[in-house]
Amino acid sequence: MRKVYHRILQIAGNVITVEAENVGYNDLAEVSSARNTSLAQVIRIQDGKVFLQVFAGSRGISTDDEVRFLGRPMKVSSSADLLGRVFTGSGEPRDGRPAIHDDLVSIGGPSVNPAKRIVPRNMIRTGIPMIDVFNTLVVSQKLPIFSVAGEPYNELLARIAMQAEVDVIILGGMGLKHDDYLTFRNTLEEHGALSRSVLFIHTASDPVVECLLVPDMCLAVAESYALQDKKVLVLLTDMTNFADALKEISITMEQIPSNRGYPGDLYSQLAARYEKAVDFDGAGSITILAVTTMPGDDVTHPIPDNTGYITEGQFYLRNGRIEPFGSLSRLKQQVNGKTRADHRAIMDTMIRFYSDFKETLEKQSMGFRMSSWDRKLLKFGKLFEEKMMDLSVNIPLEEALDQGWRILAECFDATESGIKSDLIARFWPKKDHSEKNG
Amino acid sequence: MEFDSSVEQNEVAFALLGDLRLKAEVIRVRGKRADLQVFESTEGLKEGDTVEFTGELLSVELGPGLLGRVYDGLQNPLNELAQQAGFFLKRGIYLEPLDKSSTWEFTPLVKAGDKVRAGDKLGSVPEGIFKHFIMLPFSFRGQWEVVRIASAGSYGLHESIAKVRDANGTEKEIAMTQKWPVKVPISCYREKLLPSQSITTQQRIIDTFFPVAQGGTFCTPGPFGAGKTVLQHAISQHAEADIVIIAACGERAGEVVEILREYPELIDPRTGQSLMSRSVIICNTSSMPVAAREASVYTAVTIAEYYRQMGLNCLLLADSTSRWAQALREMSGRLEEIPGEEAFPAYLESRIASFYERAGLVVLNDGTRGSVTIGGSVSPAGGNFEEPVTQATLKVVGAFLGLSRERSSARRFPAIHPLNSWSKYKSIVDAGKLAEARALLRRGNEVAQMMKVVGEEGTNMDDFVLYLKSEFLDFVYLQQNTFDKVDSATSRERQIYMFDKISSILQQKFVFDDKDQARRYFLELRLILTDMNYAPFKEEEFTLLERKMADKIRERAEKDA
Repeated sequence: MRKVYHRILQIAGNVITVEAENVGYNDLAEVSSARNTSLAQVIRIQDGKVFLQVFAGSRGISTDDEVRFLGRPMKVSSSADLLGRVFTGSGEPRDGRPAIHDDLVSIGGPSVNPAKRIVPRNMIRTGIPMIDVFNTLVVSQKLPIFSVAGEPYNELLARIAMQAEVDVIILGGMGLKHDDYLTFRNTLEEHGALSRSVLFIHTASDPVVECLLVPDMCLAVAESYALQDKKVLVLLTDMTNFADALKEISITMEQIPSNRGYPGDLYSQLAARYEKAVDFDGAGSITILAVTTMPGDDVTHPIPDNTGYITEGQFYLRNGRIEPFGSLSRLKQQVNGKTRADHRAIMDTMIRFYSDFKETLEKQSMGFRMSSWDRKLLKFGKLFEEKMMDLSVNIPLEEALDQGWRILAECFDATESGIKSDLIARFWPKKDHSEKNG
Repeated sequence: MEFDSSVEQNEVAFALLGDLRLKAEVIRVRGKRADLQVFESTEGLKEGDTVEFTGELLSVELGPGLLGRVYDGLQNPLNELAQQAGFFLKRGIYLEPLDKSSTWEFTPLVKAGDKVRAGDKLGSVPEGIFKHFIMLPFSFRGQWEVVRIASAGSYGLHESIAKVRDANGTEKEIAMTQKWPVKVPISCYREKLLPSQSITTQQRIIDTFFPVAQGGTFCTPGPFGAGKTVLQHAISQHAEADIVIIAACGERAGEVVEILREYPELIDPRTGQSLMSRSVIICNTSSMPVAAREASVYTAVTIAEYYRQMGLNCLLLADSTSRWAQALREMSGRLEEIPGEEAFPAYLESRIASFYERAGLVVLNDGTRGSVTIGGSVSPAGGNFEEPVTQATLKVVGAFLGLSRERSSARRFPAIHPLNSWSKYKSIVDAGKLAEARALLRRGNEVAQMMKVVGEEGTNMDDFVLYLKSEFLDFVYLQQNTFDKVDSATSRERQIYMFDKISSILQQKFVFDDKDQARRYFLELRLILTDMNYAPFKEEEFTLLERKMADKIRERAEKDA
């Protein structure tokens, strides 16, 4: 027999306090007020007082409202019926269809034993040269897209999702604009991908606490699918809203903030989510792509900074292009040695020249005379931006590599390229060939 | 929680949650209340639940069979855990760190009647290629007399192999294993020496420019993406140490998996054994419990000290000490302690200092030497070295290998910044030539800065050539390709040989008609030397390229009058 409590001692932010006994940490409770009934979760127990975070927000809760403890932590259904459905952050249906309550699994479960992970080895082809050639995406990778408001990050996310060969797509929207949510859903529908997708959507107008649940819900579902041998791709947008929700709660709980108001455990909190990306030894995999909008375009801000230390690289999306500097896929070495012999050489050489090009550009803007070398670099830079960086370029990896050789040959001599001699002999386009393409 | 007998600071306790026993550590005592940090998720724990105290400090078990094992921060063997619990790290499961059923071939080194002290060798067992000494437990005080010692033969791990008696007549049985509290340094040695000999990491920029001494300390701070972990892996694979302990502390699980899967396959050329057989991996990755993360570096350093006691040279690589410091911060925050800078606790500096102080080259009681070298990576927030963890670390380490984003964006790896880094230890190459090379790098950088302002035409030919030479040195010597079979490791001998060659090129005066010609010349020279870096030392291809290099130098060298 569960006891019902009627005396709420304190309401601060979205956290309410009741005096209760025999309550476990992280347990759920139901808070019923005159307006609605909402779930709440125990986030602190101290001297007989229980602090609960109310999912629907504390607005409209009165001190004599009813609190009923459920004696279990948060769970989510992991049944196959979830496919094609849309839910809120707390797991309620958002598409007007019935709720699903079978095959419940706990959210925020324990981490995977490193001994049961395998070294990632399969690339995910995206058709975007800046990813495939320069920063290859790998199955089981966790990778954020660092961007700023106004950039087409959600489009990029959707495009990768459509092209990637995965069994299940799970989309977690946090603080998503309603328009963006609809765009996502429509894109999935148009490409016939909705039937293999599950959506957990928290829109900007929903209660903040639900935002905190979105990653855990998505990842718990992803984990149970992955254990059934499925290749799962989890898309999270936007993790900055998640971190801000964490900040809000920790300030309400009077925790000592560490950096710009964010809690000291921001790193661990983010890591607990991102580390769910995994390639199981003997089961499926989870790949995580997440959008992190950088407040003030500042990568040293605590959110992108902590994220960068956790994830296996990052893509910078700026001016509608994936920046070659700063963008990094840490796992690319696992796969790009097996694609084609020239993959790494092309990758390194082109980036080096592009970096030199940027320097030359600076010199040019300061009015210096351009040497013949500078002119070569300028030509290279222009071609590189047009034929490689532009997001509209959609070609398979092999074609992109050939393209790379052509661009190099058009601008430089073979010796100037600094590429190892044996690769030059094998891949450097012959004179007439390069003229044809030039 | 409240208690009714005496408790010890840092004592281990278990919180009971149904059938589960969750390990915890006392982190503060106030009046009749003790604050406990639970090493696992506390989901479901209630007020009024029972806590059992063990009366022991957080300890590790030391004995034969540690090598090649993978542990979490509390010395739980992960492979065995996976067999028992499957894919996930279920809470409340604690397994024996060492294989209880294993037997070892024991050879006694003392006889009955011998007088021994803590840390003295009683006998040895073979562990892989090493002679694993069984020592009188480090916790034994004063002098003990050997009453009985087992004869040579095979014994189980926990079987008694000796009996000793102290001055008061207290007798104790000795097994092959012993326990030691992780947060207390093992100090059974005669004296600590000044580290003098350098440890070869086979990374050119480290060994030649910023060497690390055996028994010394170094740190590798750098923003994310600058290649800290790749560098640490390269060091752990190629460093000339007997034992390598890797503490993956609060970092990505994927990186540990690479070690777990690759090391058993990789053969250490010096021993002919797999790399795993000389390694112990302590792995408490970022999503594993924070409190165990705090313990993991201590677990690692205690194991390193244990092998040092056998006269071995141990290298401990901790990646990353910042995550460990953050664990301290999280725990301090929960205790609601008054925060210091960036909310780190006020005792951060002293904790970091005392951790690095556990490194050292020591003379053991029997006159042999052993060492612990500690290398910690630091992940400063925002890549800014001014932050507390980096600053506290810099005060206590002997070498600073600062990784820079500037170099990593330009794909110049290892991204150790040649101008900002420093080392207090002695290099393997000639000091005079090294100083010249350093000066050249500095001048080259100045010229490069100047050229940004006055342009190439505003730079005179001498300065320009100087700049080209510094770039040349950077490309063919400082940069090293970790992913190439040959280039990833450069032996001490090869470094000395090549540095000499390159040094003479840097000294050489060249004549050029114009700047384009100079640039082209150095690009060509660079290509020859890069190819050389990829060729096995002193084999046919290498010699061929060496001749080509000599020809190339003659082409433009200023003729002596």
